[in-house]
Amino acid sequence: MAEIAPVRKVAVVEEEIKLKAEEVDLQRAAKLGGVAGLVAVFVSANGMVQAFAERAIISPILSMGYALLFLVPLVIGYLAAKEPPVREGFEAPKKGPRNVVAGLLVGVGTAVGLALFVLVASVVNLRPVFLNVSPELLELLTFGQGVGPGLALLVVACVVLGTVGGLMRLVPDRLRNALWGGLAWTLLIGLLEVVVAQLFRGLGLGFLEDIFYAPLGGLTLTGALVVFVLAFLYYYTVVPRVDAWRANYAQLPAERQRSFRLGALVAVVVIVGLLPQVLGPFVSEVLDLVGIFLLMGLGLNIVVGFAGLLDLGYVAFFAVGAYTTAVLTSPASPRWSPELSFWLALPFVILAAALAGIVVGTPVLRMRGDYLAIVTLGFGEIARLLLLSDWLRPYFGGAQGILKIPNLSIGPIVFRTPVDMFYPILGFCLVAAYISWKLKDSRIGRAWMAMREDEQVAEAMGVNIVELKLKAFIVGAIIASFGGALFAVKIGSVFPHSFSLLVSITVLVLIIVGGMGSIPGVVVGALALVGLPELLREFQEYRLLAYGVLLILMMLYRPEGIVPSKQWMRELHEEELMQDAWLKMEEERRRQAEAQAAEGKPAGQPGEA
Amino acid sequence: MALLEVRNVSKDFGGLRAIDHLDFHVEEGEIVSVIGPNGAGKTTLFNLITGLFQPDDGEIIFDGHNLVGLRPDQITKLGIARTFQTVRLFFNMSVLENAMVGQHCRTRSGVIDTILSLPRQRQEEERIRQKAIEALSFFGTRLVGFRLHQPAFVLSYANRRRLEIARAMATEAKLLLLDEPTAGMNPRETLELTELIGRLRDEKGFTIVVIEHDMRVVKGVSDRVVVLDYGRKIAEGTYDEVAHNERVLEAYLGRKAVRSA
Ligand SMILES: Nc1ncnc2c1ncn2[C@@H]1O[C@H](COP(=O)(O)OP(=O)(O)OP(=O)(O)O)[C@@H](O)[C@H]1O
Ligand SMILES: [Mg+2]
Repeated sequence: MAEIAPVRKVAVVEEEIKLKAEEVDLQRAAKLGGVAGLVAVFVSANGMVQAFAERAIISPILSMGYALLFLVPLVIGYLAAKEPPVREGFEAPKKGPRNVVAGLLVGVGTAVGLALFVLVASVVNLRPVFLNVSPELLELLTFGQGVGPGLALLVVACVVLGTVGGLMRLVPDRLRNALWGGLAWTLLIGLLEVVVAQLFRGLGLGFLEDIFYAPLGGLTLTGALVVFVLAFLYYYTVVPRVDAWRANYAQLPAERQRSFRLGALVAVVVIVGLLPQVLGPFVSEVLDLVGIFLLMGLGLNIVVGFAGLLDLGYVAFFAVGAYTTAVLTSPASPRWSPELSFWLALPFVILAAALAGIVVGTPVLRMRGDYLAIVTLGFGEIARLLLLSDWLRPYFGGAQGILKIPNLSIGPIVFRTPVDMFYPILGFCLVAAYISWKLKDSRIGRAWMAMREDEQVAEAMGVNIVELKLKAFIVGAIIASFGGALFAVKIGSVFPHSFSLLVSITVLVLIIVGGMGSIPGVVVGALALVGLPELLREFQEYRLLAYGVLLILMMLYRPEGIVPSKQWMRELHEEELMQDAWLKMEEERRRQAEAQAAEGKPAGQPGEA
Repeated sequence: MALLEVRNVSKDFGGLRAIDHLDFHVEEGEIVSVIGPNGAGKTTLFNLITGLFQPDDGEIIFDGHNLVGLRPDQITKLGIARTFQTVRLFFNMSVLENAMVGQHCRTRSGVIDTILSLPRQRQEEERIRQKAIEALSFFGTRLVGFRLHQPAFVLSYANRRRLEIARAMATEAKLLLLDEPTAGMNPRETLELTELIGRLRDEKGFTIVVIEHDMRVVKGVSDRVVVLDYGRKIAEGTYDEVAHNERVLEAYLGRKAVRSA
């Protein structure tokens, strides 16, 4: 027997012949090509390409419209060329011509879709049905070269871009990330022209604006190149080292880590605090709005992200905060105007919000999921309709709302302009973030998460569901009411129509996209979903479409959000191996200790070994 | 007086009588096994004791309190904790957090204490952590160390069952109700757990009721065995007494014979 054992072992090793890897699925790629064609036609026919063409990203050569159109074959081609995931017992998939072919197929799909669209539209007048299919659009799609040569050009462009998408799979990881990073930043810096140009001016670097941006808008070629190269270098040289830094950081003693974190936080707050000074009133206005939505996002994140209570009527708490502030501070409050200062009114705002939290929370205590969502949706609408109603008009002014809400002030300092208002908003955001952060890893936070995971089990483990649900609603309501109060003093008036369902939806979408339950996620979500659209106001009509598409894509490809609340979505068996290693180490240590004890030596002299 | 007394309890699901005038008691410090064919009403008994269902009739007395009408969290606070037949962990929480939730009913910090980070709250948080680690350490090195901060969903099946027991232990209950704790474990793991159930009583002082299908486990751990069939108690006694009871054999074999036919 003893002789057989080693032989067997060898046999086992030899048996580990891996199965052939699955290949890139070309049929799927062809299907995705069809999808790409449809998407390209859709964005053309709904007027996006043409509307976006008004704005240049890179001055003479690339408008936002073309960027949108050509990202379709590039990105979908890249997605289609992805190898199937590595499976246990299979070889790692090889990269090769199949990746490129998959990209090519997508390119062809896009080209066919667009070509058919252009041909049909140039023969038949589609305008009675598709308003946006104008001659200008066709001209745009054919690069102003007429249907013949223009179409050829379009087809070539799509095919090439699809293929390039596929080729990107063959590029080594590091280079590929750097290329994508460069592209993304170039597009972003082009889009954010208003902000970046203002930043240059604010920093007294006005000459940079002339170098980077063209007089008619958009990056100059030089500007684009510089941005691309900088971003490329950043992703190529800096980002790969982040892991090592993080490991180093994890090695630091807890105290050092803490002071490091504190330092980083202070630095961020200082920089953010200086932003409005540098960026001027227009961008500050946008930042204020982002801040108010961020505040609400942080509040809703507690209700939905932590406690798992899907509240679609969150705007009701926002309205409670705004109207309570308006009634208590405005001299124009219709029935009763105590004309308190903002700070004196604040405790009453908190009280009103807590009451509203209880009012909404109590009837839904025994409801879950969909039912909860629908009932809270109803509450949100009820709040708005009540404010509009004739019944409450004597108190809240009906559709006329309440005007003349005085500015916020602390002693002699009055916060008048958007630049001023940024600071109280930032202050409240920091408070809300601190509250979220404190609660997250606490007895209450854990009970919320347990409830979110499995309500019945949480209850069986001793969590009082009723109490915790109410607490979640109350804390969430209070944070939202801060947002409402700031909104009221910032605008100086409140109207029922400011508190529509759209606000609830925006807040919900921003936490879903940012990362449910994650505090940095809410910040990213608010910047991307409130800040960016404000800067692209001229395309307002496509905002909801963009939200919808973004939500679908997030659910499909990254359901945990851009910044997940916990970074533990790693490979499973990798962790198992680490646990084994750890166990072995422990075992070893125990054996050594035992051996030493047996020899009667004092334990713990590593130098001898 | 017995620690737990179930008196004349019945429970109907529509027309089906899942528990039928059941009397059942557990003395302090005992390990009682509840066995019976599938659908006999064993899990339903646990659900009634822990307040997940309310009995239609009868009363359940634990440590001098009548449990009928109480919510599950109140019952847990009185000192009963359980595991589930289909493992029900908080899968997206870490191993440590799962066990820490068990301490919820023994602690008090609220929202305001937490936001103000009062010293009392911080001490309590530290105590919760220690109690949780203590419960997890009962399973040797399996759930501690590197594992503490892993999400529950990466655990192997056996470890999931262990974590469920640890979470129940962390509630500092007097009585543990374990619903098929060895289901899905391999023979070695089953053996190990059998031994652990004994140690749970001897070292940690829990009184234990365990639902088990594996007769080796039942034999290994039980002071007393209760056999259910169609919601009624058909036999009770030591393992050997029950194993040779005619009605028990009939309940098991009779059904098997019917099934194989
Ligand atoms: N929530 C419920 N609703 C309706 N019927 C139920 C419910 N729970 C249990 N039952 C029924 O009650 C009877 C007893 O079920 P129970 O789960 O208690 O059996 P068990 O002894 O635990 O069986 P097993 O060994 O399969 O776990 C079964 O017939 C079951 O179908
Ligand atoms: Mg059962």
